[in-house]
Amino acid sequence: MISFESVSKVYPDGTHAVEDLSLEIPTGRITVFVGPSGCGKTTSVRMINRMIEPTHGTVAIDGQDISTVDAATLRRGIGYVIQSAGLFPHRTVLDNVATVPVLQGRSRRQARAAAAELLDRVGLDRTLSGRYPAQLSGGQQQRVGVARALAADPPVMLMDEPFSAVDPVVRAQLQDEFIRLQGELGKTIVFVTHDIDEAVKLGDLIAVFAVGGRLAQYAEPAGVLSRPADDFVADFVGRDRGYRALSFVAGDLPVRPEQTLVLGERVPPGAGAAAEGISVDHGRWALVVDTGHRPRGWLDCTTVPVDHRVTVEDLVLGGSLAGPGGSLRIALDAALSSPSGRGVAVDDAGTVVGTITAGEVLSAIEQARRSDASGLTAGRTLDKQPAVR
Amino acid sequence: MNWEWLQRNEQQILAWTLEHVWLAAVPTILGLLLALPVGAIAHRYRWSYGTLITLAGLLYTIPSLALFVVLPGLMGTRILDPVNVVVALTLYTLALLVRVVADALDAVPPLVVASATAMGYKPLRSLVTVQLPLAIPVIGAGLRVAAVSNVSLVSVAVLLGIPQLGQLFITGFQLDFFTPIIAGIVLCLLLAAIFDTIILLTVRLSTPWTRAVPGR
Repeated sequence: MISFESVSKVYPDGTHAVEDLSLEIPTGRITVFVGPSGCGKTTSVRMINRMIEPTHGTVAIDGQDISTVDAATLRRGIGYVIQSAGLFPHRTVLDNVATVPVLQGRSRRQARAAAAELLDRVGLDRTLSGRYPAQLSGGQQQRVGVARALAADPPVMLMDEPFSAVDPVVRAQLQDEFIRLQGELGKTIVFVTHDIDEAVKLGDLIAVFAVGGRLAQYAEPAGVLSRPADDFVADFVGRDRGYRALSFVAGDLPVRPEQTLVLGERVPPGAGAAAEGISVDHGRWALVVDTGHRPRGWLDCTTVPVDHRVTVEDLVLGGSLAGPGGSLRIALDAALSSPSGRGVAVDDAGTVVGTITAGEVLSAIEQARRSDASGLTAGRTLDKQPAVR
Repeated sequence: MNWEWLQRNEQQILAWTLEHVWLAAVPTILGLLLALPVGAIAHRYRWSYGTLITLAGLLYTIPSLALFVVLPGLMGTRILDPVNVVVALTLYTLALLVRVVADALDAVPPLVVASATAMGYKPLRSLVTVQLPLAIPVIGAGLRVAAVSNVSLVSVAVLLGIPQLGQLFITGFQLDFFTPIIAGIVLCLLLAAIFDTIILLTVRLSTPWTRAVPGR
């Protein structure tokens, strides 16, 4: 456990970077510090490894006041991932990862061997180990940064906007892998971001900082979204917070059976006739699956003649999928993103279970709200596994 | 060009060239070795930066001839001692490189330095194994200027009677004879080019990462 006890940081020019911060960061969980620029979130994190010393108050790790520990020794025991990775440009990938073990006195050979294993762990090909950071993509650099922070197997990891410098697609990948990795490792992680979506996705707990270094709210993500502590938090979390909060609500969805066409087979007569409860416009779409009954795309039956063999070129791709155990947000998105107005629900093996319309998801949301008087409450489901494939 | 004169004095010219080489090379190396810690201090302690850079600038403006003449008095050396030349040129190199080293260290990305600190590097180890290597290309560029300027400055020392390629200019001037002057200029240029190439190659070999091109 990391604890801040009445910690303040005032710079000589009178700027209050952090104001009387008291909070406890639980062991083995991800705690996200989120807030706008200048809210003291990075300053607070840097006080945990003494890169910044507090003006008042104490920071303790597992009860020990860290100001009594030698700074360099303390830092070697705390993993640190910085913005844009902060890799050493003059060292190869392998030597970057081996940095902390070498500082701790392990032989370079041992450290390199361990570093190679870590590359596997973060999903990097070992053929990259001899390259310099400049030869890697942004996403690869971030993975090296994570591997380097993990190298000494520290119980605590500090991550300062580690995924902010990569494009959204790579960021989502890195976030998913980070969640998977944390599932295996169970580190105590303090994660800094200015992106509330990232905070909600990754955090077990979220600390919202306001400008001037004030801790505005400290709660589980669902709590921050459904019951913002004050106007600042409500404003920061944004207008979509009701929709985002659906991420934490699981409901029983009445999945309708769906007629499917198998890729490569001929279109039968009558395909695309509207089913009950489906408009003609949506009904002309037929769901096409592969031989393993996994969804491949939607076919507009008015564009192809009967007896036509269905190929991938005929299909409108896209539409997210609702997986088992997923939230209502994912189900709603699946329905909204599908050309047929029907979201495809799949099971663990990725095969089609049936479909659901946005209207049906909304009814399920209403039902969930009714059965739970306080509305969208914290902790309905904290299943962090990404259900969208 | 009087080739016959050159041939006749071949041995003497070779001796002067060798003398010239060490009189220029030794101060370049010593000046660099001194500039590294002084530049590092100017970089690390901001309050010292202005003072050190100003002192270095003043030092560089002292005319070389004056320095050659004053040094024996200050150091108790004989006026003909080549050590005077070495010391003077070392000071010029130091003056030139202090700013280069300080600025080169300043130019190392702050994120890289911060990440070294966060990994648990102590300041000196971070300086020597992270910041200095990354500053090599900029320091190398400054060193090339210093080395070439030393090759040319050494010849001034001939006025004190310390023999090296400058002797060719004196000889040519006294005899009103152009061959030794041209030979002196060509040899100085050649030496400068060799020094420059050696530094360039050393920098290239010690910074393989700067040529690493994005793969795939």
